[in-house]
Formats: sequence, structure tokens, C-alpha cells
Amino acid sequence: MVLSARAEELKKSIQRRRTLDRVFHTIFLLATSVSTVTLVIIYLTLGLESFNFFSQVSIIEFLTSTKWTVLFADKHFGILPLLNATMLTSLIAIAVAAPLGVMIALYLSEYASATTRSIVKPLVETLAGIPTVVYGYFALYFLTPSLLKPLFTGVQSHNALAVGLMIGVLIIPIVASISDDAMKVVPADLRLAAYAMGARKSDVALRVVLPAALSGVSASIILAFSRATGETMIAVIAGGFRSVLSFNVGDSMETMTAFIAQVATGDAPHGTIEYQSLFAVGLFLLLITAVLNYIGIKVVKRWAIRY
Amino acid sequence: MGNQILIGTGRRGVKLKKILDKLLPFILSIAVFIAVATIVSLLITLITTGGHRLSWNLILNYPSSNPEEAGMRSAILGSIFTVGLSALICIPLSIATAIFLVEYSRGGRLASILSYNISNLAGVPSVVFGVVGLGFLAYGLGMGRTVITGAFTLAVLTLPLVTVTCVEALKTVPDDLRQGAYALGATTVQVVRRVVLPRALPMMLTGGILGISRALGEAAPILVVSGLLFIREDPVSLFSKFTVMPLQLYNWISRPQPAFVELSSAGIIILLLILLALNALAISLRQLLVRRMEQLWR
Repeated sequence: MVLSARAEELKKSIQRRRTLDRVFHTIFLLATSVSTVTLVIIYLTLGLESFNFFSQVSIIEFLTSTKWTVLFADKHFGILPLLNATMLTSLIAIAVAAPLGVMIALYLSEYASATTRSIVKPLVETLAGIPTVVYGYFALYFLTPSLLKPLFTGVQSHNALAVGLMIGVLIIPIVASISDDAMKVVPADLRLAAYAMGARKSDVALRVVLPAALSGVSASIILAFSRATGETMIAVIAGGFRSVLSFNVGDSMETMTAFIAQVATGDAPHGTIEYQSLFAVGLFLLLITAVLNYIGIKVVKRWAIRY
Repeated sequence: MGNQILIGTGRRGVKLKKILDKLLPFILSIAVFIAVATIVSLLITLITTGGHRLSWNLILNYPSSNPEEAGMRSAILGSIFTVGLSALICIPLSIATAIFLVEYSRGGRLASILSYNISNLAGVPSVVFGVVGLGFLAYGLGMGRTVITGAFTLAVLTLPLVTVTCVEALKTVPDDLRQGAYALGATTVQVVRRVVLPRALPMMLTGGILGISRALGEAAPILVVSGLLFIREDPVSLFSKFTVMPLQLYNWISRPQPAFVELSSAGIIILLLILLALNALAISLRQLLVRRMEQLWR
């Protein structure tokens, strides 16, 4: 009698624990799905308001017109000026970040001692931790007046060049740390084999390690480019709000992100075409970055040499 | 003749290569130098322009059109409210997500889909979070352009970053410990609570602090959600209108008068000091973890 009561108690306790386990499993599963739900909400919200936008604006005008004057009385809805500014600034940024980032990664993985590495790596990563408002300030009050204006003629106070250079500095850590990771997994055998054939250290670095890590290096550059296209505050502060289709990087020009910021701080009541344009531009930007990120991840998977 | 020329260029080539071999580390470290020089010249610019404007007024006063009196009290409170609330949402969610991914369904199909979406979320530009916060939370759900909308926006923005650190934290706990506990008949809940979490928590908190410092510096999503660059009232509830430090700084930066530029430099110094303090806290937490781990393994 006593024994069976004890068994009964044990059984209950085990059942209680099992139920608890299942309850927590569900709770944790729900928490994990928050990211997925957020992603769905992001696409739905942007898609819905963009649908409202494109029921009034033809998608052909959106993609081909060279005028973007949403906030004026005479409205034109051509994304090209904004897209052009975003691409110009991002390309300048990559022209800065790709060589510098890869050089830092090569230095860290091939030359730096453990001590140097432990100092340099966090220092470089600090660049990504500085708020972008601060970079905007630096571009507007140091880079443009003290460096760009004396060097080049015809540079305006707000200009795409300063924006691009500053975003370039911001994304150096992305290129450097992903490339560094890729170089670190290059097996020592490859380096040793090269040395055995009489290669110098510089040959090993440039002709063995760099090519072997190429998939990681290219992915880092693509991901950094994607990050550059979404950068907002530097473009707002140092690039200005002039939406013009220009290839002169000394000119002030408005990126897609800067337009979003301009509308959000200005007077664009809920439901107006100005308000809806926010979502169309946002969706366009999101699609660009999503495609870039997808390519970046694919490059890693397709080209990666498995060691 | 031809041979001699060949040998000649060969020698010159070898010489050049020797020089390049010696020079390469210095050439490469130029990149490191440029990165460091940027940080240094940024700090010098900040201190020379705004160092003399540092004062308690900057923290205690409300923004004003008179730069001599202006401060960022409302923005600092706005940042504390919004970022604090976002951390309260984001950190538990990240820990729960990490536990699910590592402890409950490691390597499972569902887990791989869900974690793929987390990395997708990490790739969404921060300004887009702001646009969706405005469209979905502020207008769609009727929460308005308020503190709570900003907090939720920042919470999902920092979610991938913090989750990744929490996953890393769980992976540092050796599998032997888990297997040992399971062999004794422990349930997953017990393993997580008694074996895994005590060891992983300090590193998870480090991740949380990193998320907080990221959220503190974010301007773009809050700019879109709040739309306000400065406000003269303290936020008092979840449904107050608000602004945050980076936006108040942006407001000062965008004014042409030199006095406001100086003010913005001083404000940036304060923001950077706060971020520095947070990072120092994260590093000391990590060291605490290392020490505790050493004791555990002894």
C-alpha cells in the first residue's frame, strides 16, 4: 500500500516535470519565432503601403523618371536620383573599405603578433561602435572643410564624397573581421608547402593566403556594401537633402535613406502620398540589401574551399 | 646577349621582391594606421571644439534656442526610457531564443529555418526598422509616435545581435556537463536552469550590454518613429512623445551657428563617454566570467 502510493507520487512528479518541459519548449519556440514574425511584418507593412503608393504612381515612372520631387507641389516620382546618390556613396565607401579592410585582415592574420593583434583588433572594431551621428558630424565639420575643400575645387559644404568616405571608415571593420576569419581558416599546410618551395613571406600572404580566402573576402565586401546602402545619419548630416541626378561627387545629393529621414521629420500626415512614398523607398532599399546579403551568403557557400 | 638581359631582369626582379617582402608588413599596417588616425583626429576635433562646453547644464537643462543655456535633459531621459525598455524586451527574448536554438533543437530543421531568419533580420537596414515601426506600431496598432513604439523598434533591431552572442555563450558550455546531467535523468528545463545558464549568463549579459550600447547610438530608426529632434518635456509614461540623445545631437549639428556646433561636440563627448563606460562594464563582466570558469575547472 505504502509502496504503491510512493510510486504514484513519483509518477506524478515525473509527469509534472514533463509538462513543465513541454510548456517551456513552447515558450522558447514562441520567443524564437519573434524574429521570423518581425520579418514577415516588415515585408507586409512595406508591401501594403507601397501598394497604395503604386496605385497612384506608375511603377515605370518610379523606375525611369529622373526627377524626385515628392515634397513639392509639382510632384515627380522617379527614384533614379536617390538610387544614384545611394550607389555613388556606397561605391566610394567600398573603394575605401575594401582595400583598407583586406590590408588590415592580412596584417592581423599573417604578420601581427598575438599581443599586437589583441590591441589592434578591438581598436579597429571600435570604428563600428561609434554612433553614426558622430561620423556625420566629423564629415561635415572636419572632413569637408579641412580636407576635401582645400584638395578639390568645387566641393560643396554638403557632398557625396564626404558621405562615401565616412561610410567607408564605418564599414572597415565588417570587411576586416570577415576577411580575417576567412584567412584564419586557411590551413597551415598550404603556408608550409609554399615555404617549402622557397616562397617568401610576402608571397605566402599575397599569393597563397589571399586567394585561398577569396570567398570570404568577396563576401565581406558584398555585405559591407549592403551595410553602406542602408546607412542613414551620415548621408543626412553630410550629404544634404538635394535630390538631383548628378555624377559629380562634390555635389550635395540626397540618398534613399536621407529622403526617408527628411519625410519623417517633416510634415507628412498619415495617408498622404508623401507618407506612402516613405514605404516605397523603404521597400526598394530593403530589396536591394536583401539581394546583396543573399548573394554574399551564396558566395561564401559556393566558392568556399572546404579544408 | 638575350640570356644576359634575362638574367639581369631576373636579378632585378629578385631584388624588388626582396624589398617588397621587407616592406609588405609596413604597407599593410598603413591601413591600421589610417583607422587609428581617424579615431584620434575625431577625438581631437571633438575635444578642441567642444571640450570647454562640457558642464552639468548640458545634462540638466532642457534644449533651448540660446546655446549658452541649452542642455539635453529630455533627450537623455528619452534615451534611458526607450533603450531601457527595449533592453527589457530584447534581452529575455534573445536568451529564450538562444536556449531554443542550442538546447532544445540543436541542428533541427525548424531551428535552422528560424536562425536563418534571424540572420536575415540582422541584414535589414536600421532605417527600415524605423519605417515599419512608424507604419505598423505607431499607426497600424495605434501606439502613436511614442516611447513604447521606439522601444519595440529598438528591441527587434538589436534582437539578432544579442541573440548571436547568447548562442555563442551557450556553445561555450561544454557538452560533457549537459550529457552528465541528462544521464542522471534531468529534464531539459533542469539542465538549462542548473547547468547551462549559471555558466553562460555573464557572457549573455555582455551581449545584452553590447545591444544596449548599439541601441543608444542608433539615430535613424528613432528619427523616423519619433519625428522629433528636440522636445522640452520629460517623457513621463510609455505613451509620451520623446527624443533621444543622438537626435538631439543631430539637431545641434544641423544648426549653422558655431555655438551649436560647439554644443554638439560637447554632447557627443558625453555620449561617447557613456558608451565607453558600457563597454568597460561588458569587458569586466567577461573577465569575471573567465575567472569564475577557471575556478570551476580547478
